[in-house]
Amino acid sequence: MRSDNGFKYFSLSVIWIWLTIFALLPFILVSIASFMNHDESHIIQLPFTLAHYGELNNTIYLKIFEKSFYLAGFCTLFCLILGYPFAYIIARMESSFKSLLILLIIIPFWTSSLIRTYSMITILKPKGIINSIMMWLGIVDKPLPLLFSDIAVVIGLIYNLLPFMVLPLLTNIERLDNRLIDAARDLGANRFTTFRRVIMPLTMPGILSGCILVFLPAMTIFYIPDLLGGSKSILLGNLIQNQFLVTENWPLGSAISVVFILLLALLLLIYWRSTRGKTQGELL
Amino acid sequence: MKNKFLQALPTSSYLTLIYLFFYIPIVILIIYSFNEAQYSLLWHGFSWRWYQELFADTDLWIAVWHSLILGVFAASVAMCIGSLAAVSLYRYQFMGRQLLYGLIFILILSPDIVMAISLLILFSFLKIPLGFWSLLLAHITFCIPFVVVTVYSRMASFDEYIFEAAKDLGAKDTVIFSRIILPLLWPAMLAGWLLSFTLSLDDVIISYFVTGPGFEILPLKIYSMVRLGVKPEINALCTVTFVLTLVLVLISQLMLRKKP
Amino acid sequence: MTSNIIELRGVSKSIHGHDILQNINLEVHNGEFLTLLGPSGCGKTTLLRLISGFETPTTGHIFINGKDVEGLPPHLRHVHTVFQSYALFPHMNVVENIEFGLRCQKLPKNEIDRRVAEVLKTVKLEKYATRKPEQLSGGQQQRVAIARAVVNRPLVLLLDEPLSSLDYRLRKTMQIELKQLQRKLGITFIFVTHDQEEALSMSDRVVVMQEGCIEQVGTPRQVYENPENLAVAKFIGEANIFESEIIAIDGKLITVDILGRRRIVKSTRPFSVGDKVHILVRPEDLRVWDQKETEGDTADMFPGVVEEVIYKGTTVDLMVRLFNNKLVAATEFFDEDDDRLEYAIGEQVWTTWVSGWEVVLPYEETVTA
Repeated sequence: MRSDNGFKYFSLSVIWIWLTIFALLPFILVSIASFMNHDESHIIQLPFTLAHYGELNNTIYLKIFEKSFYLAGFCTLFCLILGYPFAYIIARMESSFKSLLILLIIIPFWTSSLIRTYSMITILKPKGIINSIMMWLGIVDKPLPLLFSDIAVVIGLIYNLLPFMVLPLLTNIERLDNRLIDAARDLGANRFTTFRRVIMPLTMPGILSGCILVFLPAMTIFYIPDLLGGSKSILLGNLIQNQFLVTENWPLGSAISVVFILLLALLLLIYWRSTRGKTQGELL
Repeated sequence: MKNKFLQALPTSSYLTLIYLFFYIPIVILIIYSFNEAQYSLLWHGFSWRWYQELFADTDLWIAVWHSLILGVFAASVAMCIGSLAAVSLYRYQFMGRQLLYGLIFILILSPDIVMAISLLILFSFLKIPLGFWSLLLAHITFCIPFVVVTVYSRMASFDEYIFEAAKDLGAKDTVIFSRIILPLLWPAMLAGWLLSFTLSLDDVIISYFVTGPGFEILPLKIYSMVRLGVKPEINALCTVTFVLTLVLVLISQLMLRKKP
Repeated sequence: MTSNIIELRGVSKSIHGHDILQNINLEVHNGEFLTLLGPSGCGKTTLLRLISGFETPTTGHIFINGKDVEGLPPHLRHVHTVFQSYALFPHMNVVENIEFGLRCQKLPKNEIDRRVAEVLKTVKLEKYATRKPEQLSGGQQQRVAIARAVVNRPLVLLLDEPLSSLDYRLRKTMQIELKQLQRKLGITFIFVTHDQEEALSMSDRVVVMQEGCIEQVGTPRQVYENPENLAVAKFIGEANIFESEIIAIDGKLITVDILGRRRIVKSTRPFSVGDKVHILVRPEDLRVWDQKETEGDTADMFPGVVEEVIYKGTTVDLMVRLFNNKLVAATEFFDEDDDRLEYAIGEQVWTTWVSGWEVVLPYEETVTA
């Protein structure tokens, strides 16, 4: 009996030690760092201070926060509106193409988002496909400044993050029992009522995890605003990156991150509440 | 017949539009990597020229080599730790099981930048120099949760009593591992390895924070090139990388097919 | 040499403060087919897992072949389990599944081959030796699961609801096959089920369990015809239960008052005059006569109205509302020469039973109906 437990304790301690050192400890360090001091010669030093949280009250930071929030929120909403019917159609499909179609969504999920962002430049640049087609059709007579604008950033974000909305929805809707929908229709609910009262509540876990997977990265994938928005577009991710790698103000960067992590925690809490912890881990 | 076709028209055209949105930019990128012309949008004829130029770039080869080493090591370690964790999560009851589950779940959901800055602070706290080792530790950490999820869901698809049955028939834990768990799980573990390797090869955000001078890796090399604007050789490089990861993803999905 | 292959003494099990099993004492005879019968959640599967060694008892002792097995892991108990879902290894074929236990014991190759071939023949699976579990039918998978366990020559085979995932017809066939197999192998079977019909038709003895306790142990006939208490009576088969009071006792003959009528009933239990009792009559023992047939002699009969007639092929089930509003069930068997089974809903009838076919049980407060 004893020797058999060896395997259990070995594997459990390996994963626990790893996650404690590389996931829990770093998180604690970020929180501590956000209360530390900073000057020219030291990235981080004592004594503790609340100054960096006070600094966040600065209009520049608030503006960036606000803008990231709205932009990411818009992207999330758009991905949801675009992705829900898409996921629904595929999940409900009974076709031999179905697994191929699902594979075609999984591919952008796993392949490099940087490369896909880059491919967007080709599309959006002044002499790119969209402008060329529009000029050829005579819709515009000089190229629209699509690239290096907020519109480009939003398009890039949606392009990159749509699969992250679709996949959780797809797995969730696929698990939905068809008979429930039939039953609702049988009991006299119209299409809209069936959707609002039966389908939507049951796919709420999928909707929420999709939204988390789109909303938070949308605020923080710094290379998308960097490549598509030019210097005009600074989102939260760029701000954090700047504090850490350019101005080397780690405590301020940490303070910004802590606020962001709190946002993440809030969203997770909502998610947990809505699923009562039942469907966690069935994400992929 | 015609009626059915008309009914399916709105949904199928909607699907088509989304898929075009997903794939047109990539396809254009790939086509232009074979375009002879340097700046023009027009087609100047098929050419391997940009690939040849890539091939001659020794700096790039070093970055590729670094990324491959990093990916192989990170994926292998993550596969071992992640599989062990998945097996224990599935088979044993222990204190903090829910916590471990939740932690892995949070690691998947939380955006890269959170892990990026936390690990940067950790490495500076532990005085680990930024370079190969910091990158390796970071890559292992972000790959583990994906391996756990992949292997765990595979495991959950088996009859939960087969382990008890094996025990009942006299198998020790080591025998259960080598004769039941490994043969049943290797496709999922391989898939986990491939996906980890892909993640490692593609990661920009975390690597950007924890990389150091003297150890350049492919995704960061691509990032620094891409920032300079569109160039045919970048098209070629992106095409190569995309096709490589595409193949890895396809194999991994093949491994995850339901039938054992 | 003891004839008890397994003995449980004062065994209790509680999980997280919930009592799953309370003070279980049970003797399992060598070579018998014993069934643990009870509704789901009564603790029968837990009892099985205590014997197999997957769980340890909170208190009490388990003896297998006269030896206390406390702390002994499952595979050293000479007891093997056939799981409800069969738990066949999906990546191994039939032979590999069956030889798994023998290979764990590191037996010589020729010994393994010989025993596997033998058991394959016993369960009639020679033709399927190289198939994977997924290529077998439910019944065949079942046989592989049994073969995988018995090839190790266990003292006792534990079967945890092994037929519950099969359809009705196949279940009937497998019941007979299992019984034959048990006779052929001479191994003690402990079989868990919630299906009372299955328990009665297969077992040498039945253990009726309820809420973590053993209510009665006995042959199928004993538990059906002489249930210890109302719980057993109601779980095994249908029963009409009358509340009654004892008026006089004359040896085995007891005069009782049922619904205002006097009847003589028989019981060997010690009762005294004035005791309240339950009188239990099985539907198949209840006779239903129409007005003509009674020929006026209705002294110990109960009048009622037919409320429901359910035709079942070999029998007709009747629901009769008695004059005091009590609903009773009666099962009438078809008889070629008799056409009296034509009942109409709303028809006035008389019901009665042969004295001595009833069961008299002490009064239990909780019973309603």
